[in-house]
Amino acid sequence: MSSGANPRSRPETFRRSIRSASLRKERFSHSSRSLLDIESLSDSDIHSLLKEAGRFRESPRKSPLVRRHVALLFYEASTRTRCSFELAAKSLGATTTLVSSMASSIEKGESLVDTGATLAAMGAECIVIRHPSSGAPHVLARHLTVPIVNAGDGMHEHPSQALLDCFTILQHRRSLEGLRLLLVGDIFHSRVARSNALLLTRLGAQVTFCGPPALLPDVAETIAPSVRIMRDFNAALPTADVIMMLRVQKERLSGLQLSVDDYIRDYQLTSERMALAPADALVMHPGPMVRGMELTSEVADSARSLVLEQVRNGVAVRRAILLRALGGRA
Amino acid sequence: MTRTSGPMGTRPLLISGGTLITETGEMQKADLLIDDGRITSIDQAGKIPERGQTVLEARRLLVSPGFIDLHVHLREPGQSHKETIATGTAAAAAGGFTAVCTMPNTTPVNDSPEITRWMQKPERGAVVKVHPIAAATMGSNGERLTNFKALVEAGAVAVTDDGRPILGNAIMREALQAAHELGIPVIQHAEDTRMTQGCSMHDGPTSFRLGLRGVKPEAEASIVARDIELASETKAHLHVAHLSTAAALEQVRKARKRGVHVTCEVTPHHLLLTDEEVGDYDTNCKMNPPLRDESDRQAMWEGLHDGSIDCIATDHAPHAAHEKDQEFDRAPFGITGLETALPIALMVAGGDPQLAVRWLSSNPASVMGWKEAGVLRVGAPANIVVFDPAEEWTFTAKESKSKSKNSPFIGKRLRGRVQYTIVDGRVVWSL
Repeated sequence: MSSGANPRSRPETFRRSIRSASLRKERFSHSSRSLLDIESLSDSDIHSLLKEAGRFRESPRKSPLVRRHVALLFYEASTRTRCSFELAAKSLGATTTLVSSMASSIEKGESLVDTGATLAAMGAECIVIRHPSSGAPHVLARHLTVPIVNAGDGMHEHPSQALLDCFTILQHRRSLEGLRLLLVGDIFHSRVARSNALLLTRLGAQVTFCGPPALLPDVAETIAPSVRIMRDFNAALPTADVIMMLRVQKERLSGLQLSVDDYIRDYQLTSERMALAPADALVMHPGPMVRGMELTSEVADSARSLVLEQVRNGVAVRRAILLRALGGRA
Repeated sequence: MTRTSGPMGTRPLLISGGTLITETGEMQKADLLIDDGRITSIDQAGKIPERGQTVLEARRLLVSPGFIDLHVHLREPGQSHKETIATGTAAAAAGGFTAVCTMPNTTPVNDSPEITRWMQKPERGAVVKVHPIAAATMGSNGERLTNFKALVEAGAVAVTDDGRPILGNAIMREALQAAHELGIPVIQHAEDTRMTQGCSMHDGPTSFRLGLRGVKPEAEASIVARDIELASETKAHLHVAHLSTAAALEQVRKARKRGVHVTCEVTPHHLLLTDEEVGDYDTNCKMNPPLRDESDRQAMWEGLHDGSIDCIATDHAPHAAHEKDQEFDRAPFGITGLETALPIALMVAGGDPQLAVRWLSSNPASVMGWKEAGVLRVGAPANIVVFDPAEEWTFTAKESKSKSKNSPFIGKRLRGRVQYTIVDGRVVWSL
């Protein structure tokens, strides 16, 4: 018998059968109301969330989630996202319980799955989770039947942020079709960048990542079709309709032996740089902002900055996310 | 080995009507007689007279030398919630392995003759042969060599600091020199761990999408290149564990061309799967080295076919469910592999059982220099596997003999199944 195998051949059937068991398919069978990442939202999910958020810009008169319970499970420091979810839940009539890693059995070594199961057993009907490990919400979703809402997982995704960013842009532009978004800074570590690139390209925007190689590896381009990389910020600005600045942590720069001075020189958004962008270009930032680092105060406080609008819209979008998760009627 | 007790071990055993994979690798219809733990006769079908032997009916089955796995983690001593020598070797027997080489990263690390002996005691309940691979440095800390001579006398067949590769040049050189004097290989898990801190999968589009830090191929290739230089200088035998990248394979190819004594193994999963299988954080696709990209996978396939890679080794690495059911970056590395190696080897061999047997039996035996293993020969110990290359079956957690069920192949249809495993003339596994 000769060696019949062609080394180039792929054992397709086998590999397909392995893929067929991937969690992607299974996980929504039991919690279709979860929000784990942008990737797993359908187009109609996205449209209805954005539409619902529009109705929720003001605090609702009715309380569709009265006597419902939401647990906020925060393994990582957060001000804005936590408050935003909390206010959103309460404004719909739900009660909230905050569990943070500082004051709980998380510190005593309890596993994520056990902590989640405990919250569900106590009556939590939805768990909003922020976690330093990418994929932590997926671990919960795999083991629990209550809907899981991802409030930021490691470097992976921050889907509610992308939805609120999208919602904010849509208040200034009719459509995302053809919109040119420039995402600047520490793309590699940014869950906001990943979620925004995935969401906005799906809605027709062209996304350009901008940053130094150490913070923006070439592989970033593969995140979605029609994403591209430009290293030269000045060259990228003239074609940017929206400029989204990301926070840069000083300790990350030193870890990469990148000088703060060089970073500021090449990537800080200043008024001078704003002059290179189209006259109606908008500036966004997911927060927390470090003034004087990724952008100057002048730009942050300028009329073209949507930073506070983003925060305001965050509550509206999260109302829509929680209502979807809990299945209440507005 | 003396005659062992047991229902089939007490009488001579006749394997009748099967097709043998012979010493030369040919397939030949023949009967095989086992007595007193050894092969006593191989003859044309029906020629061996029946004299009250136990008859093992092997019609339509292949009779092959027992498989040898150069890389398993049996977890004893110290991590018996994952696996024990008894459960791990039961899984080995179910997979057709009659000998396994067990890694020293136990608790405590196997860096002493006492632990090496302890692993081989009958009380451990091993059903296949267990060959300990001892630590190369005390505590696998990479600082001071263990006593190779005493370890070999205690039964160690090689040395390694698997999982905690030897990074220091001087100590690696020392290890190679000392091993060379004793005629044993130094096995290296080739990973420059200074480059892989916090990494949990292969570096590429999937790791970027999932927001996981990625292991770059250079972390493997650079250590392989360094080790090859040291092996060349010392004339020692370097065995590269679980090779996973095209770049490292190229280093091995070049070194073999210029006569350096370097051998290597590849795992079934690196032959079959790529980093994309991690999907949505499937920790049963988390292992070290990680699943690589498609070009690396194809390179492994080619390397095995052209002989640059000597053999398949499973890197059987059991972990308890609660350890794997964690955040991806916190879950331990490793998957089980003993029970699924044969069907995957057959698939990679394009259905050619002779090739699969070469990779699973004769080649690992020659890597270790074992003359009496990996071959069916009159007079040799009767370590034999009888398998059906065409039987389709589903690998399930329930039927798996390993104590742990962390395998990406759970629930998969596989082709090729072990029917009997015979160790020293005794049937230790039958379907």
